[in-house]
Amino acid sequence: MPEPERPEPPERYEPPAYDPLQPGKGEAIAPTGQGGPIDLALDEAESLEKPLGDDPTGPGPREKARSLWSDAWHQLRRNPVFVIASLVILFLVVISIWPQLIASGDPLQCELSKSQQGAEPGHPFGYDTQGCDVYTRTVYGARASITVGICATVGAALLGSALGGLAGFFGGWGDSLLSRVADIFFGIPVVLGGLVFLSVVTSTTVWPVVGFIVLLGWPQLARIARGSVITAKQNDYVQAARALGAGNGRMLLRHVAPNAVAPVIVVATIALGTYIALEATLSFLGVGLRPPTVSWGIDISNAASQIRNAPHMLLYPAGALSITVLAFIMLGDAVRDALDPKLR
Amino acid sequence: MGRYVIRRLLQMIPVFIGSTFLIFFMVYALGDPVAALFGDKAPDPATAARIRKDLYLDRPLWQQYLHYMGQIFQGDFGTAFNGQPVTELMASAFPVTLRLTLVAIFFEIVIGITLGVISGLRRGKSVDTSVLVLTLVVISVPTFVTGYLLQYLFGVKWGWVRPTVSPDAPLNELILPGIVLALVSLAYVTRLSRTSIAENVKADYVRTATAKGLPRHRVVTRHLLRNSLIPVVTFIGTDIGALMGGAIVTERIFNIHGVGYQLYQGILRNNSPTVVGFVTILVIVFLVANLLVDLLYAVLDPRIRYA
Amino acid sequence: MLLEVRDLHVEFRTRDGVAKAVNGVNYSVAEGETLAVLGESGSGKSVTAQAVMGILDTPPGRIAGGEILFKGKDLLKMKEDERRKIRGAGMAMIFQDALSSLNPVLSVGAQLGEMYEVHRGMSRKAARAKAVELMERVRIPAARERVGDYPHQFSGGMRQRIMIAMALALEPSLIIADEPTTALDVTVQAQVMDLLAELQRELNMGLILITHDLGVVADVADKIAVMYAGRIVESAPVHEIYAAPAHPYTRGLLDSIPRLDQKGQELYAIKGLPPNLLAIPPGCAFNPRCPMARAACRAEVPPLAEVAPDRASACFFWKECVGA
Repeated sequence: MPEPERPEPPERYEPPAYDPLQPGKGEAIAPTGQGGPIDLALDEAESLEKPLGDDPTGPGPREKARSLWSDAWHQLRRNPVFVIASLVILFLVVISIWPQLIASGDPLQCELSKSQQGAEPGHPFGYDTQGCDVYTRTVYGARASITVGICATVGAALLGSALGGLAGFFGGWGDSLLSRVADIFFGIPVVLGGLVFLSVVTSTTVWPVVGFIVLLGWPQLARIARGSVITAKQNDYVQAARALGAGNGRMLLRHVAPNAVAPVIVVATIALGTYIALEATLSFLGVGLRPPTVSWGIDISNAASQIRNAPHMLLYPAGALSITVLAFIMLGDAVRDALDPKLR
Repeated sequence: MGRYVIRRLLQMIPVFIGSTFLIFFMVYALGDPVAALFGDKAPDPATAARIRKDLYLDRPLWQQYLHYMGQIFQGDFGTAFNGQPVTELMASAFPVTLRLTLVAIFFEIVIGITLGVISGLRRGKSVDTSVLVLTLVVISVPTFVTGYLLQYLFGVKWGWVRPTVSPDAPLNELILPGIVLALVSLAYVTRLSRTSIAENVKADYVRTATAKGLPRHRVVTRHLLRNSLIPVVTFIGTDIGALMGGAIVTERIFNIHGVGYQLYQGILRNNSPTVVGFVTILVIVFLVANLLVDLLYAVLDPRIRYA
Repeated sequence: MLLEVRDLHVEFRTRDGVAKAVNGVNYSVAEGETLAVLGESGSGKSVTAQAVMGILDTPPGRIAGGEILFKGKDLLKMKEDERRKIRGAGMAMIFQDALSSLNPVLSVGAQLGEMYEVHRGMSRKAARAKAVELMERVRIPAARERVGDYPHQFSGGMRQRIMIAMALALEPSLIIADEPTTALDVTVQAQVMDLLAELQRELNMGLILITHDLGVVADVADKIAVMYAGRIVESAPVHEIYAAPAHPYTRGLLDSIPRLDQKGQELYAIKGLPPNLLAIPPGCAFNPRCPMARAACRAEVPPLAEVAPDRASACFFWKECVGA
């Protein structure tokens, strides 16, 4: 009894709902040009997007969202990585608001006679080439980094998730347009774009740098938000709400957004770390922040040429920078782990 | 397949135009290329006007762009600040950066995949945990910090390698810069292959392979790796384009006269043809790498090939 | 006896404690015989099979005790390499979901041929020719042309035939089929089942058929073992069990099959849920759901005792059950 083989409807391979490393439908290129950390962030978000829609028997959207977050919080409190990262970040935020708390000196007051001298009592990190106290400058450098990081992240996250969320929710030509525009930004290597864009700016404030990072950063967050909104939109209860006649605004705010926001938050947290690194890199290349702003990037750049004579000048700001970036990335990683139902 | 390639190519055209126009806009509209030609001296108004006309700078921006692109496609990239044609700079700079990138990719593949496979197969063990922590740390430390640190340690303190690279940039001098350039991607490749392996280890087809009585090494190499490395290979492919564009910092640290060095000089001296020309080529490299990776994906994964 | 499982215990370490998936299972299969293992998901039927095949995930799984005798030799005492050679050649397994159980990036020809390359040392070319033969044997049309195709290019029924072909490749003496037809369309189910039964007769293989579908069992099985919470609660020749089940759980399963002569009546369903393997109820594991449970059932685990020749039940009150 031969099985009647039907003319195969060639079983369509369904690619995963959203693979950030691969361009999706209508997207021309993968956003991998932005460097490793962002790839990490995108990858982490991917694993968050899939499982949320898996559970057709689960409770309604709001209960689900709430229990997801409260479970996550419960788990996070007991995760040492999360606790340490949060404490480091809290400390950084505090000293960037009140640097005087732990550094009594003035970062701009320098004694040339002490140029490149090593540590001495009261000046544990020694002096730089200008004779400025490295400890004071390292403490004050946090302010620029944290300001740039937070402002750029808030800007990019708001812009990106608004545009991406709306595009994913409504689809249509706006969605296509957004994908096209995002592609264009992914086509420009970040550091290069920064060099070109910022070399013509002469302002000494942090705002051009923030603006540039938002400009090149929003497309990533838009793609993440778009992907997770599309995933959330396909959930059965969202379809049910639509069938019951819920309006678009209500659907988006009450049913879709709470379930789509987790990947965006994770990516934004990790992105914050990478933005701080990007600011330092740009400052290092001489186009980011400019003196008299105190920035780790500038100090590292100045110290680099003197590394043979006075490695301490490089070590302390570089260490502070690395720890800051690490803290944000660890925080994002821990939040990801806590929000991922697969790992429970 | 042919139609797929053509569709992909067509999709890339607007990206190419958009990206290059954006750069063009930043350089020509925000800066002043003519003033840069005169350096610190104030330009003679008549001469400046003539130069503007010659360079199409008196036309609307889109016409300037079209004119520029037209010239590029005829092989004329303009003149660099030192009077050399930009194409000559490219001929000397791109091979160097390409070599550096290939060294970096080599380390990404060898070290990244090896570490990733090892920790993926031992998920949850101490090896795995330490590799994960290590990769996070490596990802967090900015390239210019690791660059100087490794240069100081290997080049200055222990004197194992030359701290800076000579103008010819021979392969052996590019090993340390290559590692520095690769590090962040390398850490990412490690994490990516680890996740991929750890997920696929539990896949049904791996269980089938074991049930078939295949030796462990065959299960791992032929079944597990073949599937798990598809995303890794495609990532490394796109990374070629990204690394070439991202080599500026590494090239600056090790004084390598590659693309990043020339671009940096071009920006410092406000030489628009150098900047736009190099960026245009980099964008093309990036897009072509993306396209090739797409095709590679189709070759590696039959489910996509026939879709 | 081809295969004898004796007092097998399997545990899984989980975050919340040790889950006892298999708690002292005994069964045996002779050459040419079909044993159907019946039970809900989580009853331990698949875990037992995986332990027999040696493909249990360890960790988290762990074989906590017992023996698995294959042709008289204890598999659990063998070296891994010895055991590997038995897998595929001496015993083979057919999985439920052929799409995910076949490697998506290798052609079916390569996957079938691999059996001959590894176990018989054949060349790739000779192995490929054998693969075509195999595909013809399980009646895949145009086998020669399709040998280079990939799993996703076949229909569900055809894919399951390829799984069967792979299991049969080296003509093993025992086949374990884990829900081989569950993922298929109803019309295709019977065809695949018939093919499997036919090949089994032809090669005189022992077959362990794991299923939760009583309908499938009736036609092909010689004897049945019903599992609940990691234990066998009843074993019997297939027809006797249908005529007079000797365990209330078996009775519940039989009563919950929709029947034409009961049109209009409410369908019976066993109340409650399968037990949590982290906390199996004391006494008879089925007692919280059992309509005849009484104090004795909560106090002590009823042993699987012979109630008639070839029949055993793990119910203190099996007589009531048969009589009911």
